[in-house]
Amino acid sequence: MELFWYVVLLSMLAMYMVLDGYDFGAGIVHLIFARNEADKRAIVNAIGPFWDANEVWLIASGGVLFFAFPMLYASSFSGFYLPLMIVLWLLIFRAIGIELRTFLDNRLWRVLWDASFGVSSLLLALFFGVAVGNIARGVNLGCVEDGVSHCDPQYFFLPLWNPTFDPRAEHLGVLDWFTVLIGLIGVISLFIHGSNWIIFKTNVSIKERLKQMAWRMNFVLTFLVILTLSLWHLIHPHPLRNFFVHPWLWVFPILTFSALAAMFRLRTFRSEHTGFLWSSLFLLSAFASTAAALYPAFLPSSNEVNPPLTPWNTAAGAYGLGVGMKWFIVAAVLVGIYMVVQYRVFSGKLDDSGYGTH
Amino acid sequence: MEDMLLYHRLQFAFTITFHYLFPQLTMGLALMIVWFKGKFLLSGDERWNHLAHFWMKIFALNFAMGVVTGIPMEFQFGTNWARFSELTGSVIGQTLAMEGMFSFFLESSFLALFLFGERRLGHKLHFLTGFLVFLGSWLSGLLIIATNAWMQHPVGFEILGNGKFVLTHFGALFSNPWLWPAYLHNQAASLVTTSFVIAAVGAFYLLNGRQVEYGKLMLRSGVIAGLISSVLVAFPTGDWSAKNVVKYQPVTFAAMEGLFETSEGGAEIVLIGQPNMLARKLDNKIAVPNVLSFLTFQRWHQPVQGLDQFDESLWPTNVPGLYYAYHIMVGLGTLFIVLMAVAAYYLARGSLFSRRGVLWALLMAFPFPYIANIAGWYTTELGRQPWLVYGLLPTAEGSSFMVSSGNTLFTLLGFVGLYFLLGLLSLLLAGRIVYKGPRA
Ligand code: HDD
Ligand code: HEM
Ligand code: HEM
Repeated sequence: MELFWYVVLLSMLAMYMVLDGYDFGAGIVHLIFARNEADKRAIVNAIGPFWDANEVWLIASGGVLFFAFPMLYASSFSGFYLPLMIVLWLLIFRAIGIELRTFLDNRLWRVLWDASFGVSSLLLALFFGVAVGNIARGVNLGCVEDGVSHCDPQYFFLPLWNPTFDPRAEHLGVLDWFTVLIGLIGVISLFIHGSNWIIFKTNVSIKERLKQMAWRMNFVLTFLVILTLSLWHLIHPHPLRNFFVHPWLWVFPILTFSALAAMFRLRTFRSEHTGFLWSSLFLLSAFASTAAALYPAFLPSSNEVNPPLTPWNTAAGAYGLGVGMKWFIVAAVLVGIYMVVQYRVFSGKLDDSGYGTH
Repeated sequence: MEDMLLYHRLQFAFTITFHYLFPQLTMGLALMIVWFKGKFLLSGDERWNHLAHFWMKIFALNFAMGVVTGIPMEFQFGTNWARFSELTGSVIGQTLAMEGMFSFFLESSFLALFLFGERRLGHKLHFLTGFLVFLGSWLSGLLIIATNAWMQHPVGFEILGNGKFVLTHFGALFSNPWLWPAYLHNQAASLVTTSFVIAAVGAFYLLNGRQVEYGKLMLRSGVIAGLISSVLVAFPTGDWSAKNVVKYQPVTFAAMEGLFETSEGGAEIVLIGQPNMLARKLDNKIAVPNVLSFLTFQRWHQPVQGLDQFDESLWPTNVPGLYYAYHIMVGLGTLFIVLMAVAAYYLARGSLFSRRGVLWALLMAFPFPYIANIAGWYTTELGRQPWLVYGLLPTAEGSSFMVSSGNTLFTLLGFVGLYFLLGLLSLLLAGRIVYKGPRA
């Protein structure tokens, strides 16, 4: 039962990453590369009908986390208090940027909200990467100092950074060189992912340039991924242990690298959606590889004193999880239907805002 | 420690109050827009479609604000009320997770189709998407109120040795006697807000002499819906809610009514008066004898329990606040019925559109349902204090003890600043939409 909800929760987060990920990527492209109003409008239109539903994956994942693993929800949300609040504010700025840019036909007004949309998309991509980094690194569960717990073994609190930015220090911060490195992977990979979405859904004038840029960024991404992997063992003593115990898990890293390799052919894909599929696969399998490496931990402990948080020591009562399974399956089928309807109605290119009378 | 709890509470209260400014309009508007669109489909009269489009713009703006202020609500259970989430997540996590899965997906997927899809879908399917958005938003209200109802009147659970609440009976969450009265009352109140807003915009156009034709349609729909919903809010739904409070939280009821002493015989209903906590009485009281007993028990001379029957540690923490919140809600509710009855009378006589006095009153009235709604929620929430889960889990034991007061104050100030900006923007933009009118 716990395992079922573990898989459900991670799958929902992975969906969130792929779906809202292309929104964030589109925001980054919008910020850095879109120059004329037609392109900017096309980019916003390409995510216009989707971004709100994409964000619901985050809200719903939060709900499922609360429901299935209340202890984990309580511990991680209060422990990551500050970064979560910052994420909330960024989500607010991003959403109002999208919604408000067309309300007034004034250049300054648009510049302002475009910046709000673009900058917060960029920072969100960074922060979500940092979040993955924090989970991969682990946190000081139980507030251990000199081998003694100073709070409940399942709780912690992280400031935004510690003075040394060292992921191996006793007093950790949200930002350190390791987590920021993963944050950069987040920014670059979502930039590529978002570019692929824009190439797929629009006819922007900067398409060729975008392909060129995404292709170049693929080198950076590959470099960062390899760098992180080679540094991981400094943070975690045996990052590959699970893979040797359960060799089938190698599927995920293999998929990750195949997708990464395929993305180098970006400039020559014949269909415009191929790139998007590969970058989605890359994100999904990279996420799965990380989860596989950490399993069974949800949130590893950075000290030896307290055990990590796992599905088993954080789950809700068995009866509730059982009933939940029934309604969840119904809901998941419905959500699938909504998505099919939504993506079919808004199939094809979306740049001209003529898709409706708004 | 004390500060810490205070800031957690202030932040929750502030952010939820702000959030609820938006859904109370969107839930009602979703229904009204479906109605307008349906009228158009039935009559073929293009004006109804324009009306639907106009209100969709207001809806989209409010919805966006509802979403961005709603996400922090979902997070704050964990960030600010960690202990509470840990202990009760097995139970209230159900309804909250269901809200995400069943209603937010429904709403957000079909909202996009509803807002942008008219050309691609055609009118009939467009109507259907509108209906699904309406369904989603009312379902969302139901599930969130089911959550709240459980906190007011916990059912269907057991408490384990380690203090955790676990669900034992799923159905009980929905057959909770607190739920349905509260839900129906809340939805009626949301329609009150919506009808007052629609009527006010209509009155604005008529008084201004612009968009007159649409102004009349809005006035007509606003006044009719306004009269119906204002009555429904008081009877039967408000009455049901009050009976629930008497039954399950008698001490709260005594504080709401400002009843310091148990009545001998029939209890009087207080219209005006200021609670004096030192002297344990109401100053400057104006009251009508026996009416409270009648409203509560349908018997003129039945005594009603006063605060003196309960140990002071059980009293709601903020008796005057609770008393005022309740009296503001009920007082305004009474005025709403009167105003809408007068407007409906003139509407029926066919002279409403030229009665500038009544139109001015309708124009100026629209903020008050917002106030009544907030006051209603303050009644509910202050009445629950000092408990998070009524009678079982004290508020002081539910907060995130890992988050220090300095950090909470920081984020509270951040929310205040940000929401001030959001509030300002929504007013300006809504004003702009209204000013441009349905036929720009
Ligand atoms: C337009 C708004 C509005 C108006 C005019 C009224 N209410 Fe109300 N009331 C609400 C909006 C509201 C609310 C905000 O929607 C609440 C908060 C929780 C709920 O379910 O509804 C509420 C709660 C609420 C409660 C529950 C309090 C508690 O839980 O402790 C009672 C007893 C009443 N109402 C009674 C009334 C009566 C007798 C009214 C007679 C006119 C009335 N309300 C008008
Ligand atoms: C139905 C959904 C709601 C739920 C689940 C909910 C839950 C909570 C929780 C967990 C707290 C914090 C703990 C506490 O101080 O008791 C709280 C406090 C509060 N809520 Fe609600 N709430 C809901 C709706 C509302 C609405 C719509 C409003 C106002 C418009 C509101 C007003 C308040 C206020 C004023 C407090 C602070 C009370 C105090 O600390 O003294 N609530 N609520
Ligand atoms: C603590 C309590 C609350 C939480 C956690 C909460 C959470 C949320 C969230 C996350 C959203 C955004 C959904 C989306 O992206 O589509 C939202 C919107 C909404 N909320 Fe709340 N909410 C709370 C209180 C309330 C109350 C008291 C009501 C009304 C009874 C309400 C009704 C709605 C509705 C109808 C929407 C969708 C329409 C809109 O966004 O304007 N919520 N809420």
